[in-house]
Order: sequence, then C-alpha cells, then structure tokens
Amino acid sequence: MTAVLPEEVTTPGPSSPGGPRRSPWGPLRRRQLLPFGLLVPALVALGVGLAYPLYRLVIMSTQDYGLRQQFGAPPESVGLDNFGDILGDTYFWEVLRRSLVFCVVTVAATMVVGTLTALLLGRLGRGMRTALSVSLLFAWATPALTATVVWQWIFDSRSGVANWLLTKLGFDMEGHSWLSQPLSFFTVAALIVVWMGIPFVAFTLYAAMTQIPTEVLEAASIDGAGPWPRFRDVVWPAIKPLFVVLVALSTLWDLRVFTQIYVLQEAGGITSETNLLGTWAYREASTGNHFGKGAAIAIVMVTITLLLTMFHLRQMFRQEEL
Amino acid sequence: MSAVPRARSRSRSRSRLLANGVALVAIVLSAFPVYWMFTTSFRRSIDIRSPNPQFLPVGGTLENYRSVFDRDFFWTAFGNSLKVTALTVVCALFSAFLAAIAVSRFRFRGRLTFLVMILVVQMVPAEALMISMVKVLEGWDLRNSIVGLTIAYVAFVLPFTVWTLRGFVAGVPRELEEAAMVDGSSRLRAFFTITLPLVAPGLVATSIFAFIQAWNEFTFALVIMDRPEKETLPVWLQSFNFGARGTDWGGVMAGSTVITVPVIVFFLLVHRRVAAGLTTGAVKG
Repeated sequence: MTAVLPEEVTTPGPSSPGGPRRSPWGPLRRRQLLPFGLLVPALVALGVGLAYPLYRLVIMSTQDYGLRQQFGAPPESVGLDNFGDILGDTYFWEVLRRSLVFCVVTVAATMVVGTLTALLLGRLGRGMRTALSVSLLFAWATPALTATVVWQWIFDSRSGVANWLLTKLGFDMEGHSWLSQPLSFFTVAALIVVWMGIPFVAFTLYAAMTQIPTEVLEAASIDGAGPWPRFRDVVWPAIKPLFVVLVALSTLWDLRVFTQIYVLQEAGGITSETNLLGTWAYREASTGNHFGKGAAIAIVMVTITLLLTMFHLRQMFRQEEL
Repeated sequence: MSAVPRARSRSRSRSRLLANGVALVAIVLSAFPVYWMFTTSFRRSIDIRSPNPQFLPVGGTLENYRSVFDRDFFWTAFGNSLKVTALTVVCALFSAFLAAIAVSRFRFRGRLTFLVMILVVQMVPAEALMISMVKVLEGWDLRNSIVGLTIAYVAFVLPFTVWTLRGFVAGVPRELEEAAMVDGSSRLRAFFTITLPLVAPGLVATSIFAFIQAWNEFTFALVIMDRPEKETLPVWLQSFNFGARGTDWGGVMAGSTVITVPVIVFFLLVHRRVAAGLTTGAVKG
C-alpha cells in the first residue's frame, strides 16, 4: 500500500511554474479546499447516521434505564456497571459461545460448499454453468427477510415440504416441529445463512480460479496429478489470499446475524434458548426496557467486529494498493 | 497405443457426467426456495394445506395476491418502502459521488484516512446500532418518519457506494478531462461533458445497489417504524407471518414474491460489480 502520498500533486493548472504569476490566495487555495468541500455531504451523512448513534451507544452503555426513567427522569450514569453485569452473567457467556459456535459452523459450511461449487462451475459446460449461476443468483438476491420466511414455510411442521420429503424417505417426521428444539432451530437458521452465503463465495472463488492459466492445470494433469494434488498445489495457492478475505467477511456477517434468528424466534423458537448476541441485545432493550444493558451487549458486538475488521483489512491491504 | 487416450476420454466423459449430475442437484437446492415461494403464491389455500405437496405449477389462482393487496396497510407500506428507498438512493448517490471525485481526482491530506475510515465504517454492524438509533431519532422527533429511517439507511449504504464509485471515477482517465480543458472548456464543463457520461453506468449500478439495500432492509425498519401506518414492506410482511399459529402461507408467499421479484431483477443486472466491490478495493486507480 502506498503509505506516503505525494503532497498536493494536482493537475497541472495555470498556477504551474512558468505560467503567469497569480496571487497565492487565489485559485490555488480554492483548489486545496475543494476536495474537503466535496467530502462534506458524505461526512455529514456518516456523522449523523453512524458516528453520533455510535457515540450515543457508548454513553447509553454506561447508563441505567430503570422504572424512573420510564416516567421521564434522565438516565443515571452507572459507570461500567452494565458491563460488570453482563460479564458476570452466565447467560452472557452462553449467548457469546452460542454466537461463536453458530458463526464458526456457518462460515465453515459456507466456505467448504462455496469452494466446491466454484470448482464445479469450472468443470461444467456452458449451458449447465449458466443454469447453475442463475440459480445461485436467485439465492444470493433474495432478501434476508423473505428468504427466512420461505425457509420457515419449507420447514413448517404441518404442511412443509421438508417434513413431507423426510417422511417419504422413511423418517418419521410427520408434524415434526423444527423450531421448538434449539438444535434443530439452529440447523434451520444455519441452513438459511449458508444458503444465502454460498453464491458470493462460489462466484468470487470461481472468478479467481479462471485466472489460473489453463496450461498450468493441463501440465499438472499430464504429470499425472490427481484432482486433490492439483487442487492443493495449483488451485489453492492461487485462491488462498481471496479465500482468507472471504473467511473474514463471512465471519463478520455471520457473527451479527439478526433477521433469520429473529424471524424464526417469532415463528415458534424459544427465545431464551435461541438468542444470539444481536437478538439478545434487541430483546433486552425492546421488551425488557434495559437500554443500558442492551447497549453494553451491542458494544461487545461492535468490539468483536472491529477487531475482526482490523484483521480483515490487514489481509486486504497486503494484496492491494489503495 | 490408442488404449490410453480412449481410457482417458472415457474417464473424462464419465467425470463430465458426474459433474452435470452434481450440478443438477446444486441447481435444485439453490433455486428451490425461490421457486417454491413463487409457485406457492399462486396456489389455492386448500392445495397449500394438502398433505401431498404439488411441485408443478398447475391450477393457479390470483386469490393470494388479491388478498395481499386488500390487506390493511399493504399500499401504505408499499408507498413507504418506495419513498424511503428513493430518498436513500438520491442522498447516498449525491454525497457518495462527490466523495468519490474527491478521493480519486485529488491528493490531499487525510485522503488515506478517509478511505480507511470508509472501509472500517462499512463493517459496523447495524444490528448493534439499532438501540441507540431509536433513541437518537426519538430525540430529534424523527421516529416513525421516512426522513429518520433515511438517515440510518444513507449512513449504512454510503461506504459501499463511495468505494464502488471511486473505482468508476478513477477509471475515467484524467487526461480526457484535461484535453477538454486545454481546448478551452472550464473544469466544470469538462466534467459534465466528458467524465459524467463515462461514469453514468457506474452511477446506475451503484443506485441499483443502494435501491436493493434500502428496499430489503429489515432491522432498522423494525425498530424505527413501529406504527402500522409507518411500516415498510418487510416489516409489514413480518407482521402477518404468525408462524406455527396458523400462517396464511399463500398470502405470505404472495407478499414475499412482491418484495423479492424487483430485487432479483435488479440484482441480475449488477451482481458482478457487487461481487468485485465487496472483496477488493475495486479498480486500482
């Protein structure tokens, strides 16, 4: 990455040496200020819609919203008590562990199936490849909410296709309720998250694989390399940097998953047994009115996210110049 | 001598067959939910509840759509979604375009800081900010208002829009603009006659991206728009999805289809750019 930027190398304008002399406070000054002027709308939008709410979140996490606050009293500052509360709460550790496990499982599944799909795309003829690409695009494009609602319908206990199919295959699943048990609840949730996540991974890795010169791959097969050594020695080194970026991005996305969990909880999941960090923070704040505690949970989420982001950006900068 | 190539070609055709078989399964798995949403939305409720699902689209009815369109607040939700989406696209595009010009046409102190900040900010989870966003907007009297929701959306769409547009602006050679200026155009005129037309496809792609984001968004809308007449389409859909307690699946699938179809159509147009923008810093300048 270009760490040192040349200072003020703008387009050669009329003020370039040799040209007619101008007042030093004239156009040059204006040109120096222009880029900052252009940034103002974006900075205002980010300040109002992101930085300020983030600042308020930090403040809220150090405040207590009790009964008196519901009657209009200003919130009381309690320092780091909210954090002490949640860190001392065994439920916090349970939810954190649940979120991390869910994230690891979905990311691993997304990456494995996504990579296999990318390899598959490379082996198909033109027609099949187009067909698969289009159906992957359907999965990718579907909004999180409607996707969850559709999967909820597929796994509906009474008339869902999933139960019908499994019963046909010989399992006794008639009327089985997937959402009432935490394990099967998370299976459905993970299925939705992975289903939505695969296309992006598959397309990105497929694009990277097409950059590998065909001669290299052919040379490897003429040398008698089987599929696995060919993948390990030729394909993997070529896609590895992107693979790492994709793992980081998927981790960031799957750690904050909210919509899928929320909708499935509303559809019949037991909230306390299926909360992840996002839904827990939301429920503390919205139904429990514990805004301080909800904010503290959210801060934990932001912190984990930012740490991961730093790792992700370092990976990205390593391969690319800004 | 000829045995080896023949064996190889036979094994190759067998592996092609296998690949096609796996691809068929993958196609079904990945397209089925969308197909199922679509076909269910045209099915009579008596068929939807039958123990044996029908997989082929026969005997369609528009009953579900009729009931969805007649449902309370559908049209207000539709209008709210359109308004907030349009407002978000306009505001995000305007501010992102100016910022993109700044970072790709000028070198200035803080440029790199701004770019890194954009990348970091892109990762801040909206799910974490829901709580304080509600309080902030309440304080400004902007809860349950299109403007309030737009404030949240613009901030979250902006990083990606700036990043993508930056690639497009950097893709237009500066020399073109300068040539026009040498020919006597003002900088502004050179910009409007040379750069803008060349960046237009990028502006379209980015607007579509912002459209999809705002149209799909659920979490902010859920907490900010909590009055029925202020709901956007996703929140409205969730409001009659009762889950185990007897959902009208035909209606819910019809509603889902109404929300999803425009997104899929638009997405097919821009997906390449979305993929590129998410993984890399886009085009190298």
